[in-house]
Amino acid sequence: MTEFLKHLKYILTENSVTLIAGTMFLLLILAALFGPYIVPYDPLASSATRTLEPPSWDHWFGTDQLGRDVFSRIIVATRLDLAIAISAVVISFVLGSVLGSLAGFFGGWADRIVGRITDTIMAFPLFVLAMGIVAALGNTVENIVYATAIINLPFYARVSRTEVNVRRSADFVLAARLAGNSSLRLLAMHIYPNTLPPLMVQVSLNMGWAILNAAGLSFIGLGVRPPTPEWGIMVAEGAGFIVSGEWWLALFPGAALMIAVFTFNLLGDGLRDLIDPRRRT
Amino acid sequence: MFGNEKFKMIVGRLLQAIPSIIGIIIVTFVLTRALPGDPAVYFAGPAADEKSIQEIRVSLGLDKSWLEQFWIYASDLVTGNLGVSVSTGQPVVEELIRRLPASLELTFLALIFSLAVALPLGIAAATRPNSWIDQLCRIVVTAGVSLPVFFTGLIMVYLFYYIWGVAPPPLGRLEIIYLSPPPVTNFYTIDALLDGDLETFGAAFAQLALPAITLGIFTLAPLARMTRAAMLQVLSSDFIRTARASGLKRSTVLYTYAFRNAFLPILTTLGMVFSFMLGSNVLVEKVFAWPGIGSFAIEALIVSDYAAVQGFVLAMAILYVLLNLTIDIVYTLVDPRVGLDG
Amino acid sequence: MVDPIPLLDIQELSVEFRTRSGVVHALENVSMKVHRGEIIGVVGESGSGKSVSAMTAMRILDPAGHVTSGSITLGGLDVLNASEEVMQKTRGHEASMIFQSPRTALNPIRTVGKQIGDVLKRHGNANRQTVHEMVIKALNTVRIPDPERRIHAYPFEMSGGMCQRIMIAMALSCQPELLIADEPTTGLDVTTQAAIMDLIRDLSKERNMATVLITHDLAMAADYCDRIVVMHAGHVVENASTKDLFAAPRHPYTTKLMQATPQGDGALDDIASIPGGLPDLRGDLPPCRFSARCERFEETCNTSLLSLDEVSPGHFLACRRPL
Repeated sequence: MTEFLKHLKYILTENSVTLIAGTMFLLLILAALFGPYIVPYDPLASSATRTLEPPSWDHWFGTDQLGRDVFSRIIVATRLDLAIAISAVVISFVLGSVLGSLAGFFGGWADRIVGRITDTIMAFPLFVLAMGIVAALGNTVENIVYATAIINLPFYARVSRTEVNVRRSADFVLAARLAGNSSLRLLAMHIYPNTLPPLMVQVSLNMGWAILNAAGLSFIGLGVRPPTPEWGIMVAEGAGFIVSGEWWLALFPGAALMIAVFTFNLLGDGLRDLIDPRRRT
Repeated sequence: MFGNEKFKMIVGRLLQAIPSIIGIIIVTFVLTRALPGDPAVYFAGPAADEKSIQEIRVSLGLDKSWLEQFWIYASDLVTGNLGVSVSTGQPVVEELIRRLPASLELTFLALIFSLAVALPLGIAAATRPNSWIDQLCRIVVTAGVSLPVFFTGLIMVYLFYYIWGVAPPPLGRLEIIYLSPPPVTNFYTIDALLDGDLETFGAAFAQLALPAITLGIFTLAPLARMTRAAMLQVLSSDFIRTARASGLKRSTVLYTYAFRNAFLPILTTLGMVFSFMLGSNVLVEKVFAWPGIGSFAIEALIVSDYAAVQGFVLAMAILYVLLNLTIDIVYTLVDPRVGLDG
Repeated sequence: MVDPIPLLDIQELSVEFRTRSGVVHALENVSMKVHRGEIIGVVGESGSGKSVSAMTAMRILDPAGHVTSGSITLGGLDVLNASEEVMQKTRGHEASMIFQSPRTALNPIRTVGKQIGDVLKRHGNANRQTVHEMVIKALNTVRIPDPERRIHAYPFEMSGGMCQRIMIAMALSCQPELLIADEPTTGLDVTTQAAIMDLIRDLSKERNMATVLITHDLAMAADYCDRIVVMHAGHVVENASTKDLFAAPRHPYTTKLMQATPQGDGALDDIASIPGGLPDLRGDLPPCRFSARCERFEETCNTSLLSLDEVSPGHFLACRRPL
């Protein structure tokens, strides 16, 4: 464990990129937790006199067509955007890793059924499938979460299937088996915990992609309804003003989105270095 | 050497696509029947009474068993019947076919742009590790996957249309002053060329450029990453050392020996790239008001035109399966080892 | 028969690798000469610098490797100062190299005929019309049965021994004067090993080529080589004709190698009888890099720089306390 901490220190100090990513991650979490309490304006308060103002000292990111403060809306939106992505990733992590572990551990029919499910999901262009799912289940935020979870499921199932399969015949597993552990107990107590590190890497690499997907769905008008502040829908609302030069409406929330995705991607790369130093690219 | 074996393997690949297609049909069927509540109540509208709901239920076949419903659904698909779009009143198949060329033209140009940038970039990065071009490649790869495609598109519009004024307004395939070229392929650029109308070609190409670049930037990252990784791996392999020790020209070593080998993993990545492309296509079409099947699907989604949305999902999935199938077949033809070691 | 001017003359060659964890002194003052018609064996453990010497002579060293001093002359060509273009034309034409693991040393997705043809065409020894005939001829030289069929085969369709024959055919297709064989039989089974080595010896004698055989197998070097160069940790420690070396080895390391190599087909993979491993080649090293492992070590050994001196005619040695 001290070895691990040393390595963590090394990663954070030697690799400034990961350090920056870690800092940005903390800022995102802070914005998500305390955003509504620290923003200068009410994100929903409109002002008929101060519409479409460019960025200024009063309104750092300008105001939108209803006179709402873009900066406040972006900060407040962090919570919703992260919540959607995190819930989706948690669902696909739990479901995917359980399905994948069962497939990898028992092989045979379990493997074939899980394999067929993941293959079928992967047979679709994933964003298109997410659109179809939201359309069928109904146009709500929860369904965006479910759709994002479903399209990410195969990644987790595949990783955990491989990891469990590799460890199924490892020495420590055989030892545990000889000690009289039942199959499921063996899987749950001895094998599954060991597959978590590679899965965590998958989680952080996947988080950015989940945010992008969810924002993409709300950009095309699914899930989140106005006037709720959310990055995807803010970009969509601001898009029409780009051609008349009011760039701040769409570009700031788009940049927020980009920074969030970028943070998670960098963090994922750093985490991969931390967990598996050999797989550095 | 193109023998019986390869032919058998290609047939095998074609057969392997069948379970995928069956899976897709089952999923789209489930999606059409997963509407919250009673679809018949939904389709009947708020003013309907019990009798008209029952009529609609019968007309939609919802009173039959699931298996029967699936059979009807599947046989409708075989005859190309995807239902009628509520919003336009036209058969969904016709709507899709009419709009498909616009989407394909955009996607293909984006793919060409993406390959034209990613392959040289990845090769250059791999041949000069840690040089400025390698760093550039790293930045492109990390930034590319983090850029929301609609955000890139809007930046493009802002810069090229609003600020610099070099791009036409982001409104569709052709500016209103031009007539669409006589349809042959329904790819405006190609049709304009076939017609010998360079002015229309230029106009169509100008409309196409920004959305295609936007879409291409998004898919550039995985391609450049894979090209770099595959080239690095191949360049460090034994046979490259042999080729260099034999005095072969640098270009021969790099392209005939290294790149042809690196191309195989790149080809595999293309499958994932197509998944990204077909998905992001929808977003790009919305940003540029591109009249393809993505825009059609978005319009349909907003007015809850389910038949149209499900038809779109199905069409995209089939297209994706066909693209993957093409990749598999090309792989089988290119790699002499396929099938002989397995 | 032996020409007084050596075809390959490596003088006082030093090579460093600049890595993240420090500078590796891979070669220091390495000298050796190879004449036409002569087979030289370069023997030593993995990491002793045998391959680095050969790659430097061909100038195909990894970019991390830097020549810090010395000279290499190949048939009158100043290898270290020649342009890359000249070197490209030299490789495969005047000097060829073959490698271990022949199945991975050939391009997996190109037919062997095309690969040989590429070399022939590159060096102007064949054109489009003659290439087929020339490739067949090359395959015949290395005694490949049924060359008309093999020409269309891919490396994965052939055995390791057959692939090594292909690589030899490729290397010799343009009649080079120097052949460097880097562990050519590693990974092949024993009977194939003998066949390949016999082939290399026969062809080099037939064509009066200068041949360098790099191996960790002293017994094999004894069987096929006229002269043996013993390397240890980037130094040449002893260089003598095979006869002299086996009659009277002078360097303690050479004797250890001989003891570690059982009579017959043993190799140096199991060097239990030589204490310790190769020293870490990063940082400062004593003048004698064997001193830490040597039973005859005394303080005087490392007092001043050590050089490779001629102790008897044609017998060179770098040791203060020889046997």
